[in-house]
Amino acid sequence: MDKLFDFELTARLLQLDFVLMALGAAAVLGLVAGALGPLIVMRRMSFAVHGTAELAFTGAAAALLLGIGVSYGALAGAVIAALLLGLLGGRESERDSVIGVILSFGLGLGVLLLWFYEGRSSNKFGILVGQIVAIEQQDLELLVGAAVVVLIVLAVIYRPLLFATVDPAVALARGVPVRWLSPLFAVLVGIATALGVQIVGALLVVALMVTPAAAAARVTASPWLATVLAVVFAETAALGGIVLSLAPGAPVSFFVTAISFTIYLVCRVIAYVRGRQGSLRDLSGSDSPRAAVRPS
Amino acid sequence: MSTTSTDEMDAAVATGAVEIGGAALAFGDRTLWSGLDLRIEPGEFVAVLGPNGSGKTTLLKVLLGQQPLSAGAVRVAGTAPGKGNHRVGYVPQQRAMDQQLTLRGRDLVGLGLDGDRWGTGLRGMRARRRKVAEAVDSVGATSYASSPVGQLSGGEQQRLRVAQALIGEPDLLLCDEPLASLDLTHQRTVTELIERRRRETGTAVLFVTHEINPVLPHVDRVLYLVGGRFLIGTPAEVMTSETLTELYGAPVEVVRVGGQIHVAGAQSALCEDTVHHHEHDHAEPV
Repeated sequence: MDKLFDFELTARLLQLDFVLMALGAAAVLGLVAGALGPLIVMRRMSFAVHGTAELAFTGAAAALLLGIGVSYGALAGAVIAALLLGLLGGRESERDSVIGVILSFGLGLGVLLLWFYEGRSSNKFGILVGQIVAIEQQDLELLVGAAVVVLIVLAVIYRPLLFATVDPAVALARGVPVRWLSPLFAVLVGIATALGVQIVGALLVVALMVTPAAAAARVTASPWLATVLAVVFAETAALGGIVLSLAPGAPVSFFVTAISFTIYLVCRVIAYVRGRQGSLRDLSGSDSPRAAVRPS
Repeated sequence: MSTTSTDEMDAAVATGAVEIGGAALAFGDRTLWSGLDLRIEPGEFVAVLGPNGSGKTTLLKVLLGQQPLSAGAVRVAGTAPGKGNHRVGYVPQQRAMDQQLTLRGRDLVGLGLDGDRWGTGLRGMRARRRKVAEAVDSVGATSYASSPVGQLSGGEQQRLRVAQALIGEPDLLLCDEPLASLDLTHQRTVTELIERRRRETGTAVLFVTHEINPVLPHVDRVLYLVGGRFLIGTPAEVMTSETLTELYGAPVEVVRVGGQIHVAGAQSALCEDTVHHHEHDHAEPV
Protein backbone atom coordinates (compact mmCIF):
# COMPACT_ATOMS: atom_id res chain seq x y z
CA MET A 1 0.00 0.00 0.00
CA ASP A 2 2.92 2.38 0.61
CA LYS A 3 3.48 2.15 -3.12
CA LEU A 4 0.38 4.30 -3.52
CA PHE A 5 2.38 7.38 -2.57
CA ASP A 6 5.58 6.51 -4.37
CA PHE A 7 5.70 9.75 -6.31
CA GLU A 8 9.02 8.97 -7.94
CA LEU A 9 7.66 5.79 -9.47
CA THR A 10 4.49 7.60 -10.53
CA ALA A 11 6.53 10.35 -12.19
CA ARG A 12 8.63 7.81 -14.03
CA LEU A 13 5.57 5.90 -15.26
CA LEU A 14 3.94 9.14 -16.40
CA GLN A 15 6.60 9.42 -19.10
CA LEU A 16 5.64 6.16 -20.74
CA ASP A 17 3.80 6.32 -24.04
CA PHE A 18 1.06 3.91 -23.13
CA VAL A 19 0.36 5.84 -19.93
CA LEU A 20 0.10 9.11 -21.84
CA MET A 21 -2.19 7.40 -24.33
CA ALA A 22 -4.37 6.22 -21.46
CA LEU A 23 -4.48 9.71 -19.95
CA GLY A 24 -5.46 11.17 -23.32
CA ALA A 25 -8.28 8.66 -23.67
CA ALA A 26 -9.45 9.36 -20.13
CA ALA A 27 -9.43 13.12 -20.72
CA VAL A 28 -11.59 12.73 -23.83
CA LEU A 29 -14.02 10.45 -22.02
CA GLY A 30 -14.21 12.78 -19.02
CA LEU A 31 -15.17 15.66 -21.28
CA VAL A 32 -17.90 13.73 -23.08
CA ALA A 33 -19.26 12.07 -19.95
CA GLY A 34 -19.33 15.35 -18.05
CA ALA A 35 -21.07 17.18 -20.90
CA LEU A 36 -23.81 14.54 -21.23
CA GLY A 37 -24.13 13.81 -17.51
CA PRO A 38 -26.49 16.57 -16.31
CA LEU A 39 -29.00 15.72 -19.05
CA ILE A 40 -28.71 12.01 -18.22
CA VAL A 41 -29.48 12.78 -14.57
CA MET A 42 -32.35 15.14 -15.41
CA ARG A 43 -33.86 12.61 -17.80
CA ARG A 44 -33.48 9.87 -15.16
CA MET A 45 -31.42 7.72 -17.48
CA SER A 46 -28.89 6.28 -15.01
CA PHE A 47 -30.25 2.78 -15.38
CA ALA A 48 -30.41 3.22 -19.15
CA VAL A 49 -26.70 4.08 -19.12
CA HIS A 50 -25.99 0.92 -17.16
CA GLY A 51 -28.09 -1.15 -19.55
CA THR A 52 -26.44 0.40 -22.58
CA ALA A 53 -23.03 -0.36 -21.09
CA GLU A 54 -23.93 -4.04 -20.68
CA LEU A 55 -24.82 -4.24 -24.35
CA ALA A 56 -21.59 -2.47 -25.21
CA PHE A 57 -19.98 -5.34 -23.31
CA THR A 58 -21.88 -7.85 -25.45
CA GLY A 59 -20.74 -6.06 -28.59
CA ALA A 60 -17.17 -5.96 -27.34
CA ALA A 61 -17.27 -9.68 -26.53
CA ALA A 62 -18.55 -10.44 -30.02
CA ALA A 63 -15.80 -8.30 -31.52
CA LEU A 64 -13.18 -10.08 -29.43
CA LEU A 65 -14.43 -13.45 -30.65
CA LEU A 66 -14.53 -12.31 -34.29
CA GLY A 67 -11.12 -10.67 -34.03
CA ILE A 68 -12.40 -7.17 -34.86
CA GLY A 69 -11.41 -4.15 -32.76
CA VAL A 70 -13.11 -4.23 -29.38
CA SER A 71 -13.93 -0.51 -29.65
CA TYR A 72 -16.00 -1.07 -32.77
CA GLY A 73 -17.86 -3.94 -31.14
CA ALA A 74 -18.60 -1.86 -28.05
CA LEU A 75 -19.77 1.04 -30.20
CA ALA A 76 -22.10 -1.15 -32.25
CA GLY A 77 -23.49 -2.85 -29.14
CA ALA A 78 -24.14 0.44 -27.35
CA VAL A 79 -25.83 2.11 -30.30
CA ILE A 80 -28.06 -0.92 -30.91
CA ALA A 81 -28.91 -0.91 -27.20
CA ALA A 82 -29.76 2.80 -27.28
CA LEU A 83 -32.06 2.29 -30.27
CA LEU A 84 -33.66 -0.80 -28.71
CA LEU A 85 -34.33 1.03 -25.45
CA GLY A 86 -35.68 3.96 -27.41
CA LEU A 87 -38.03 1.74 -29.43
CA LEU A 88 -39.23 -0.62 -26.71
CA GLY A 89 -39.14 1.66 -23.69
CA GLY A 90 -41.18 4.56 -25.02
CA ARG A 91 -43.52 4.70 -22.06
CA GLU A 92 -42.13 5.90 -18.81
CA SER A 93 -43.91 3.16 -16.85
CA GLU A 94 -42.34 0.47 -19.01
CA ARG A 95 -38.86 1.83 -19.43
CA ASP A 96 -37.44 0.50 -16.20
CA SER A 97 -38.44 -3.10 -16.83
CA VAL A 98 -37.50 -2.99 -20.52
CA ILE A 99 -33.96 -1.97 -19.57
CA GLY A 100 -33.76 -4.81 -17.05
CA VAL A 101 -34.94 -7.31 -19.63
CA ILE A 102 -32.50 -6.21 -22.34
CA LEU A 103 -29.59 -5.75 -19.94
CA SER A 104 -29.80 -9.24 -18.50
CA PHE A 105 -30.11 -10.94 -21.87
CA GLY A 106 -27.22 -8.91 -23.26
CA LEU A 107 -25.01 -9.85 -20.32
CA GLY A 108 -25.87 -13.52 -20.68
CA LEU A 109 -25.12 -13.45 -24.39
CA GLY A 110 -21.81 -11.72 -23.68
CA VAL A 111 -20.82 -14.41 -21.19
CA LEU A 112 -21.49 -17.09 -23.81
CA LEU A 113 -19.43 -15.22 -26.42
CA LEU A 114 -16.55 -14.93 -23.98
CA TRP A 115 -16.76 -18.65 -23.24
CA PHE A 116 -16.17 -19.32 -26.95
CA TYR A 117 -13.18 -16.98 -26.95
CA GLU A 118 -9.88 -18.76 -26.55
CA GLY A 119 -7.50 -15.82 -26.33
CA ARG A 120 -5.98 -14.26 -23.24
CA SER A 121 -8.31 -14.19 -20.31
CA SER A 122 -7.19 -10.69 -19.28
CA ASN A 123 -8.95 -9.44 -22.42
CA LYS A 124 -12.18 -10.98 -21.18
CA PHE A 125 -11.89 -9.40 -17.79
CA GLY A 126 -10.84 -6.11 -19.34
CA ILE A 127 -14.09 -5.36 -21.13
CA LEU A 128 -16.02 -5.82 -17.89
CA VAL A 129 -13.87 -3.72 -15.60
CA GLY A 130 -11.77 -1.73 -18.06
CA GLN A 131 -8.24 -1.98 -19.40
CA ILE A 132 -7.12 1.51 -20.03
CA VAL A 133 -3.47 0.55 -20.42
CA ALA A 134 -4.37 -1.46 -23.49
CA ILE A 135 -5.45 1.67 -25.40
CA GLU A 136 -3.64 1.92 -28.71
CA GLN A 137 -3.16 4.72 -31.19
CA GLN A 138 -6.05 3.61 -33.39
CA ASP A 139 -8.39 3.26 -30.39
CA LEU A 140 -7.52 6.79 -29.40
CA GLU A 141 -8.29 8.03 -32.90
CA LEU A 142 -11.70 6.37 -32.86
CA LEU A 143 -12.29 7.73 -29.37
CA VAL A 144 -11.47 11.31 -30.37
CA GLY A 145 -13.51 11.06 -33.57
CA ALA A 146 -16.57 9.71 -31.76
CA ALA A 147 -16.20 12.28 -28.98
CA VAL A 148 -16.06 15.15 -31.46
CA VAL A 149 -19.23 13.92 -33.17
CA VAL A 150 -21.05 13.58 -29.85
CA LEU A 151 -20.01 17.04 -28.66
CA ILE A 152 -20.95 18.76 -31.92
CA VAL A 153 -24.38 17.11 -32.06
CA LEU A 154 -24.92 17.93 -28.39
CA ALA A 155 -24.03 21.58 -28.97
CA VAL A 156 -26.51 21.81 -31.84
CA ILE A 157 -29.44 20.21 -30.00
CA TYR A 158 -28.59 21.42 -26.50
CA ARG A 159 -31.27 24.08 -26.00
CA PRO A 160 -34.23 22.16 -27.47
CA LEU A 161 -33.04 19.05 -25.62
CA LEU A 162 -32.88 20.90 -22.29
CA PHE A 163 -36.30 22.41 -23.01
CA ALA A 164 -37.79 19.00 -23.83
CA THR A 165 -36.16 17.50 -20.74
CA VAL A 166 -37.24 19.98 -18.07
CA ASP A 167 -40.46 21.28 -19.57
CA PRO A 168 -41.86 18.85 -22.16
CA ALA A 169 -45.38 20.26 -22.40
CA VAL A 170 -44.29 23.82 -23.15
CA ALA A 171 -41.43 22.61 -25.37
CA LEU A 172 -43.94 20.65 -27.45
CA ALA A 173 -46.19 23.71 -27.59
CA ARG A 174 -43.28 25.76 -28.91
CA GLY A 175 -42.69 23.25 -31.69
CA VAL A 176 -39.66 21.42 -30.26
CA PRO A 177 -39.53 17.92 -31.83
CA VAL A 178 -39.69 16.22 -28.42
CA ARG A 179 -40.33 12.79 -29.97
CA TRP A 180 -37.14 12.33 -31.89
CA LEU A 181 -34.85 14.19 -29.53
CA SER A 182 -35.12 11.34 -27.02
CA PRO A 183 -33.80 8.56 -29.27
CA LEU A 184 -31.15 10.90 -30.67
CA PHE A 185 -29.91 11.68 -27.18
CA ALA A 186 -30.01 7.97 -26.33
CA VAL A 187 -27.69 7.30 -29.27
CA LEU A 188 -25.28 10.02 -28.09
CA VAL A 189 -25.30 8.43 -24.65
CA GLY A 190 -24.74 5.04 -26.28
CA ILE A 191 -21.65 6.27 -28.13
CA ALA A 192 -20.24 7.86 -24.97
CA THR A 193 -20.95 4.69 -23.02
CA ALA A 194 -19.08 2.60 -25.55
CA LEU A 195 -16.08 4.89 -25.13
CA GLY A 196 -16.34 4.48 -21.36
CA VAL A 197 -16.37 0.70 -21.63
CA GLN A 198 -12.81 0.90 -22.93
CA ILE A 199 -11.60 2.79 -19.93
CA VAL A 200 -13.53 1.85 -16.81
CA GLY A 201 -15.30 -1.18 -18.25
CA ALA A 202 -18.95 -2.00 -18.76
CA LEU A 203 -19.72 -2.46 -15.09
CA LEU A 204 -18.39 0.90 -13.97
CA VAL A 205 -19.31 3.33 -16.74
CA VAL A 206 -21.96 4.87 -14.51
CA ALA A 207 -19.16 6.23 -12.29
CA LEU A 208 -18.15 8.64 -15.05
CA MET A 209 -21.44 9.20 -16.86
CA VAL A 210 -23.76 9.68 -13.89
CA THR A 211 -21.93 10.22 -10.60
CA PRO A 212 -20.16 13.50 -11.51
CA ALA A 213 -23.39 15.05 -12.81
CA ALA A 214 -25.36 13.79 -9.81
CA ALA A 215 -22.75 15.43 -7.57
CA ALA A 216 -22.94 18.70 -9.53
CA ALA A 217 -26.74 18.73 -9.28
CA ARG A 218 -26.38 18.77 -5.49
CA VAL A 219 -24.46 22.02 -5.43
CA THR A 220 -25.92 24.10 -8.26
CA ALA A 221 -29.25 24.60 -10.00
CA SER A 222 -27.73 26.30 -13.03
CA PRO A 223 -27.67 23.93 -16.02
CA TRP A 224 -24.54 25.59 -17.39
CA LEU A 225 -22.60 25.51 -14.15
CA ALA A 226 -23.75 21.94 -13.54
CA THR A 227 -22.29 20.94 -16.90
CA VAL A 228 -18.98 22.67 -16.18
CA LEU A 229 -18.77 21.06 -12.73
CA ALA A 230 -19.69 17.65 -14.11
CA VAL A 231 -16.86 17.90 -16.65
CA VAL A 232 -14.39 18.96 -13.93
CA PHE A 233 -15.52 16.14 -11.63
CA ALA A 234 -15.40 13.53 -14.41
CA GLU A 235 -11.92 14.68 -15.48
CA THR A 236 -10.71 14.60 -11.88
CA ALA A 237 -12.01 11.06 -11.44
CA ALA A 238 -10.77 9.73 -14.79
CA LEU A 239 -7.31 11.34 -14.82
CA GLY A 240 -6.80 11.16 -11.07
CA GLY A 241 -7.81 7.52 -11.04
CA ILE A 242 -5.23 6.60 -13.64
CA VAL A 243 -2.43 8.54 -11.97
CA LEU A 244 -3.15 7.07 -8.55
CA SER A 245 -3.27 3.55 -9.96
CA LEU A 246 0.17 3.79 -11.57
CA ALA A 247 2.51 3.20 -8.64
CA PRO A 248 0.66 0.36 -6.93
CA GLY A 249 -0.30 -1.14 -10.30
CA ALA A 250 -3.80 -1.64 -8.92
CA PRO A 251 -6.93 -1.60 -11.11
CA VAL A 252 -7.73 1.85 -12.55
CA SER A 253 -11.44 1.24 -12.10
CA PHE A 254 -11.24 1.26 -8.33
CA PHE A 255 -9.53 4.63 -8.19
CA VAL A 256 -11.85 6.19 -10.79
CA THR A 257 -14.96 5.05 -8.97
CA ALA A 258 -13.52 5.91 -5.54
CA ILE A 259 -12.68 9.50 -6.55
CA SER A 260 -16.04 9.85 -8.25
CA PHE A 261 -17.84 8.60 -5.15
CA THR A 262 -15.83 10.84 -2.82
CA ILE A 263 -16.71 13.92 -4.89
CA TYR A 264 -20.36 12.90 -4.72
CA LEU A 265 -20.23 12.54 -0.93
CA VAL A 266 -18.54 15.92 -0.53
CA CYS A 267 -21.19 17.58 -2.69
CA ARG A 268 -23.95 16.01 -0.64
CA VAL A 269 -22.36 17.29 2.55
CA ILE A 270 -22.10 20.78 1.05
CA ALA A 271 -25.77 20.65 0.05
CA TYR A 272 -26.74 19.46 3.54
CA VAL A 273 -24.80 22.21 5.28
CA ARG A 274 -26.24 24.85 2.94
CA GLY A 275 -29.74 23.49 3.50
CA ARG A 276 -29.33 23.77 7.27
CA GLN A 277 -28.03 27.31 7.03
CA GLY A 278 -30.89 28.18 4.69
CA SER A 279 -33.55 26.84 7.03
CA LEU A 280 -31.95 28.57 10.01
CA ARG A 281 -32.07 31.84 8.11
CA ASP A 282 -35.72 31.25 7.24
CA LEU A 283 -36.53 30.63 10.88
CA SER A 284 -34.79 33.79 12.01
CA GLY A 285 -37.37 35.70 10.03
CA SER A 286 -37.57 38.83 7.98
CA ASP A 287 -34.16 38.83 6.28
CA SER A 288 -35.17 36.14 3.85
CA PRO A 289 -35.73 37.64 0.39
CA ARG A 290 -38.53 35.15 -0.20
CA ALA A 291 -40.52 36.65 2.68
CA ALA A 292 -40.40 40.06 1.05
CA VAL A 293 -42.26 38.89 -2.05
CA ARG A 294 -45.72 40.34 -2.25
CA PRO A 295 -48.02 39.95 -5.22
CA SER A 296 -48.29 43.33 -6.89
CA MET B 1 -47.99 56.97 -45.32
CA SER B 2 -47.66 53.38 -46.41
CA THR B 3 -44.53 52.43 -44.53
CA THR B 4 -43.75 48.80 -43.92
CA SER B 5 -44.84 48.96 -40.32
CA THR B 6 -48.32 50.27 -41.10
CA ASP B 7 -48.64 47.56 -43.76
CA GLU B 8 -47.80 45.00 -41.15
CA MET B 9 -50.31 46.52 -38.79
CA ASP B 10 -52.96 46.41 -41.48
CA ALA B 11 -52.17 42.78 -42.04
CA ALA B 12 -52.43 42.11 -38.32
CA VAL B 13 -55.84 43.80 -38.26
CA ALA B 14 -56.99 41.85 -41.29
CA THR B 15 -56.05 38.45 -39.83
CA GLY B 16 -57.53 37.43 -36.53
CA ALA B 17 -55.30 35.91 -33.86
CA VAL B 18 -57.35 32.76 -34.23
CA GLU B 19 -59.67 31.84 -37.09
CA ILE B 20 -61.66 28.64 -36.81
CA GLY B 21 -64.23 27.74 -39.44
CA GLY B 22 -66.64 24.80 -39.49
CA ALA B 23 -64.34 22.86 -37.23
CA ALA B 24 -65.15 19.41 -35.89
CA LEU B 25 -63.20 17.04 -33.74
CA ALA B 26 -64.10 13.40 -33.20
CA PHE B 27 -62.36 10.40 -31.73
CA GLY B 28 -63.90 7.25 -33.11
CA ASP B 29 -67.65 7.68 -32.74
CA ARG B 30 -67.33 10.25 -29.99
CA THR B 31 -67.66 13.83 -31.27
CA LEU B 32 -66.10 16.40 -28.97
CA TRP B 33 -67.55 19.30 -30.92
CA SER B 34 -68.55 20.14 -34.49
CA GLY B 35 -69.57 23.18 -36.54
CA LEU B 36 -67.33 25.41 -34.44
CA ASP B 37 -66.77 28.90 -35.85
CA LEU B 38 -64.63 31.22 -33.78
CA ARG B 39 -62.64 34.28 -34.70
CA ILE B 40 -60.53 35.89 -32.01
CA GLU B 41 -59.37 39.43 -32.75
CA PRO B 42 -56.03 40.79 -31.60
CA GLY B 43 -56.40 42.05 -28.05
CA GLU B 44 -59.49 39.96 -27.34
CA PHE B 45 -59.85 37.88 -24.17
CA VAL B 46 -61.82 34.69 -24.69
CA ALA B 47 -62.51 32.30 -21.84
CA VAL B 48 -63.15 28.64 -22.67
CA LEU B 49 -65.41 27.00 -20.10
CA GLY B 50 -67.00 23.62 -19.74
CA PRO B 51 -66.91 20.42 -17.71
CA ASN B 52 -64.02 17.97 -17.82
CA GLY B 53 -63.89 15.99 -21.05
CA SER B 54 -65.72 18.60 -23.12
CA GLY B 55 -62.64 19.17 -25.29
CA LYS B 56 -61.21 22.38 -23.86
CA THR B 57 -57.63 21.17 -23.73
CA THR B 58 -58.04 19.43 -27.08
CA LEU B 59 -59.01 22.77 -28.59
CA LEU B 60 -55.67 24.14 -27.38
CA LYS B 61 -53.91 21.16 -28.95
CA VAL B 62 -55.59 21.96 -32.26
CA LEU B 63 -54.38 25.55 -32.05
CA LEU B 64 -50.85 24.37 -31.25
CA GLY B 65 -50.84 22.01 -34.23
CA GLN B 66 -50.64 18.90 -32.06
CA GLN B 67 -54.08 17.63 -33.00
CA PRO B 68 -55.55 17.73 -36.51
CA LEU B 69 -59.22 18.62 -36.94
CA SER B 70 -61.66 16.00 -38.18
CA ALA B 71 -63.25 18.67 -40.36
CA GLY B 72 -63.01 22.39 -40.96
CA ALA B 73 -60.16 24.86 -41.04
CA VAL B 74 -58.09 26.68 -38.50
CA ARG B 75 -55.51 29.44 -38.71
CA VAL B 76 -53.40 30.78 -35.87
CA ALA B 77 -51.76 34.22 -36.18
CA GLY B 78 -52.34 34.02 -39.91
CA THR B 79 -50.65 30.66 -40.51
CA ALA B 80 -51.44 26.99 -40.19
CA PRO B 81 -51.39 25.79 -36.55
CA GLY B 82 -47.98 24.50 -35.51
CA LYS B 83 -46.20 26.57 -38.15
CA GLY B 84 -45.97 29.81 -36.23
CA ASN B 85 -45.66 28.53 -32.69
CA HIS B 86 -43.00 31.11 -31.86
CA ARG B 87 -45.77 33.71 -32.10
CA VAL B 88 -47.86 31.78 -29.61
CA GLY B 89 -47.26 31.86 -25.86
CA TYR B 90 -48.42 28.88 -23.84
CA VAL B 91 -49.08 28.89 -20.10
CA PRO B 92 -49.74 25.37 -18.78
CA GLN B 93 -51.39 24.26 -15.59
CA GLN B 94 -49.14 24.33 -12.55
CA ARG B 95 -47.50 20.96 -11.96
CA ALA B 96 -45.08 19.83 -9.30
CA MET B 97 -41.54 19.81 -10.63
CA ASP B 98 -38.69 17.62 -9.43
CA GLN B 99 -37.13 19.32 -6.40
CA GLN B 100 -33.64 18.37 -7.52
CA LEU B 101 -34.11 19.58 -11.09
CA THR B 102 -31.03 21.49 -12.25
CA LEU B 103 -32.97 24.53 -13.40
CA ARG B 104 -33.36 27.99 -11.94
CA GLY B 105 -36.35 30.24 -12.39
CA ARG B 106 -34.54 32.40 -14.90
CA ASP B 107 -33.52 29.35 -16.93
CA LEU B 108 -37.18 28.40 -17.25
CA VAL B 109 -37.97 31.89 -18.53
CA GLY B 110 -34.97 31.82 -20.88
CA LEU B 111 -36.21 28.61 -22.49
CA GLY B 112 -39.31 30.56 -23.53
CA LEU B 113 -37.04 32.95 -25.42
CA ASP B 114 -34.79 30.58 -27.36
CA GLY B 115 -35.38 27.03 -26.07
CA ASP B 116 -36.71 26.00 -29.46
CA ARG B 117 -33.61 27.15 -31.37
CA TRP B 118 -30.78 24.94 -32.55
CA GLY B 119 -27.14 25.78 -31.97
CA THR B 120 -25.26 27.00 -28.94
CA GLY B 121 -26.55 30.57 -28.90
CA LEU B 122 -23.28 31.74 -27.40
CA ARG B 123 -23.45 34.93 -29.42
CA GLY B 124 -25.80 37.48 -27.98
CA MET B 125 -25.52 36.09 -24.46
CA ARG B 126 -25.47 39.57 -22.95
CA ALA B 127 -28.61 40.71 -24.77
CA ARG B 128 -30.25 37.45 -23.78
CA ARG B 129 -29.38 37.86 -20.12
CA ARG B 130 -30.83 41.38 -20.14
CA LYS B 131 -34.04 40.24 -21.84
CA VAL B 132 -34.53 37.39 -19.39
CA ALA B 133 -33.88 39.71 -16.42
CA GLU B 134 -36.47 42.16 -17.77
CA ALA B 135 -39.05 39.43 -18.27
CA VAL B 136 -38.41 38.09 -14.78
CA ASP B 137 -38.69 41.58 -13.35
CA SER B 138 -41.92 42.29 -15.22
CA VAL B 139 -43.67 39.51 -13.29
CA GLY B 140 -42.05 40.52 -10.00
CA ALA B 141 -40.03 37.30 -9.75
CA THR B 142 -36.55 38.76 -9.44
CA SER B 143 -36.08 37.78 -5.80
CA TYR B 144 -36.49 34.05 -6.49
CA ALA B 145 -35.28 33.83 -10.11
CA SER B 146 -32.05 32.12 -8.99
CA SER B 147 -33.76 29.47 -6.87
CA PRO B 148 -34.29 25.96 -8.23
CA VAL B 149 -37.73 25.90 -9.87
CA GLY B 150 -38.64 22.65 -8.14
CA GLN B 151 -38.41 24.38 -4.77
CA LEU B 152 -40.65 27.33 -5.63
CA SER B 153 -44.30 27.57 -4.64
CA GLY B 154 -47.02 26.96 -7.21
CA GLY B 155 -47.77 30.68 -7.44
CA GLU B 156 -44.12 31.57 -7.95
CA GLN B 157 -43.81 28.91 -10.66
CA GLN B 158 -46.87 30.23 -12.48
CA ARG B 159 -45.54 33.78 -12.47
CA LEU B 160 -42.36 32.49 -14.08
CA ARG B 161 -44.54 30.58 -16.55
CA VAL B 162 -46.24 33.82 -17.55
CA ALA B 163 -42.83 35.46 -18.03
CA GLN B 164 -41.74 32.40 -20.06
CA ALA B 165 -44.78 32.72 -22.32
CA LEU B 166 -44.53 36.51 -22.71
CA ILE B 167 -40.78 36.83 -23.32
CA GLY B 168 -41.24 35.74 -26.94
CA GLU B 169 -43.69 38.66 -27.43
CA PRO B 170 -46.52 36.44 -28.68
CA ASP B 171 -49.51 37.57 -30.73
CA LEU B 172 -51.64 34.96 -29.02
CA LEU B 173 -51.52 33.61 -25.50
CA LEU B 174 -52.96 30.15 -24.88
CA CYS B 175 -53.60 29.45 -21.21
CA ASP B 176 -54.48 25.93 -20.05
CA GLU B 177 -55.93 26.27 -16.56
CA PRO B 178 -53.01 28.40 -15.35
CA LEU B 179 -54.82 29.28 -12.12
CA ALA B 180 -55.72 25.74 -11.04
CA SER B 181 -54.29 24.89 -7.60
CA LEU B 182 -53.30 28.50 -6.87
CA ASP B 183 -54.62 30.47 -3.91
CA LEU B 184 -56.80 33.54 -4.53
CA THR B 185 -53.98 36.07 -4.22
CA HIS B 186 -51.84 34.28 -6.76
CA GLN B 187 -54.82 33.72 -9.04
CA ARG B 188 -55.33 37.47 -9.11
CA THR B 189 -51.64 38.22 -9.68
CA VAL B 190 -51.26 35.80 -12.57
CA THR B 191 -54.50 37.02 -14.15
CA GLU B 192 -53.39 40.64 -13.87
CA LEU B 193 -50.03 39.87 -15.49
CA ILE B 194 -51.81 38.32 -18.46
CA GLU B 195 -54.36 41.13 -18.61
CA ARG B 196 -51.63 43.79 -18.54
CA ARG B 197 -49.95 42.19 -21.54
CA ARG B 198 -53.20 42.15 -23.47
CA ARG B 199 -53.93 45.80 -22.68
CA GLU B 200 -50.44 47.06 -23.48
CA THR B 201 -49.62 45.10 -26.63
CA GLY B 202 -52.89 43.75 -27.94
CA THR B 203 -52.00 40.09 -27.46
CA ALA B 204 -55.09 37.96 -27.86
CA VAL B 205 -55.82 35.60 -24.96
CA LEU B 206 -57.55 32.22 -25.07
CA PHE B 207 -58.01 31.19 -21.48
CA VAL B 208 -59.14 27.65 -20.69
CA THR B 209 -60.55 27.46 -17.18
CA HIS B 210 -63.22 25.71 -15.17
CA GLU B 211 -63.65 28.76 -12.95
CA ILE B 212 -64.59 32.00 -14.68
CA ASN B 213 -64.62 34.32 -11.68
CA PRO B 214 -60.90 35.11 -11.42
CA VAL B 215 -60.87 36.31 -15.04
CA LEU B 216 -64.48 37.58 -15.31
CA PRO B 217 -63.66 41.34 -15.29
CA HIS B 218 -61.40 40.90 -18.34
CA VAL B 219 -63.38 38.43 -20.43
CA ASP B 220 -64.77 39.73 -23.73
CA ARG B 221 -66.39 36.51 -24.83
CA VAL B 222 -67.00 33.03 -23.49
CA LEU B 223 -66.83 29.76 -25.40
CA TYR B 224 -68.83 27.29 -23.33
CA LEU B 225 -68.42 23.63 -24.32
CA VAL B 226 -70.70 20.89 -22.98
CA GLY B 227 -70.92 17.33 -24.26
CA GLY B 228 -70.58 18.11 -27.99
CA ARG B 229 -72.58 21.35 -27.87
CA PHE B 230 -71.23 24.85 -27.41
CA LEU B 231 -72.16 28.50 -27.07
CA ILE B 232 -70.20 31.63 -27.88
CA GLY B 233 -71.06 35.08 -26.56
CA THR B 234 -70.36 37.70 -23.95
CA PRO B 235 -70.48 36.52 -20.33
CA ALA B 236 -73.77 38.38 -19.93
CA GLU B 237 -75.27 36.43 -22.85
CA VAL B 238 -73.90 33.00 -22.07
CA MET B 239 -73.83 32.90 -18.29
CA THR B 240 -77.57 32.87 -17.64
CA SER B 241 -79.79 30.15 -16.23
CA GLU B 242 -81.79 29.86 -19.46
CA THR B 243 -78.90 29.52 -21.90
CA LEU B 244 -76.89 27.12 -19.74
CA THR B 245 -79.98 25.02 -18.98
CA GLU B 246 -80.48 24.68 -22.72
CA LEU B 247 -76.81 23.94 -23.30
CA TYR B 248 -76.60 21.27 -20.60
CA GLY B 249 -80.06 19.93 -21.43
CA ALA B 250 -80.77 19.81 -17.72
CA PRO B 251 -81.72 22.38 -15.11
CA VAL B 252 -78.80 24.66 -14.32
CA GLU B 253 -79.06 27.74 -12.18
CA VAL B 254 -76.71 30.69 -12.62
CA VAL B 255 -76.40 32.84 -9.51
CA ARG B 256 -74.71 36.23 -9.44
CA VAL B 257 -73.29 37.19 -6.06
CA GLY B 258 -71.10 40.22 -5.46
CA GLY B 259 -69.87 40.48 -9.05
CA GLN B 260 -69.21 36.74 -9.23
CA ILE B 261 -70.99 34.09 -11.23
CA HIS B 262 -71.79 30.70 -9.76
CA VAL B 263 -73.18 27.87 -11.81
CA ALA B 264 -75.28 25.51 -9.70
CA GLY B 265 -76.39 22.09 -10.89
CA ALA B 266 -73.89 21.74 -13.72
CA GLN B 267 -72.22 18.80 -12.00
CA SER B 268 -75.43 16.80 -11.50
CA ALA B 269 -76.53 17.70 -15.02
CA LEU B 270 -73.53 15.75 -16.23
CA CYS B 271 -73.12 12.93 -13.78
CA GLU B 272 -71.46 10.80 -16.47
CA ASP B 273 -68.68 13.31 -16.51
CA THR B 274 -67.93 13.43 -12.84
CA VAL B 275 -65.77 10.33 -13.13
CA HIS B 276 -63.52 12.02 -15.67
CA HIS B 277 -61.13 14.01 -13.61
CA HIS B 278 -58.53 14.17 -16.30
CA GLU B 279 -59.36 15.85 -19.48
CA HIS B 280 -56.67 13.97 -21.35
CA ASP B 281 -58.05 10.52 -20.59
CA HIS B 282 -59.84 9.96 -23.85
CA ALA B 283 -58.67 13.00 -25.76
CA GLU B 284 -55.16 11.60 -26.10
CA PRO B 285 -54.73 10.66 -29.76
CA VAL B 286 -51.82 8.25 -29.17
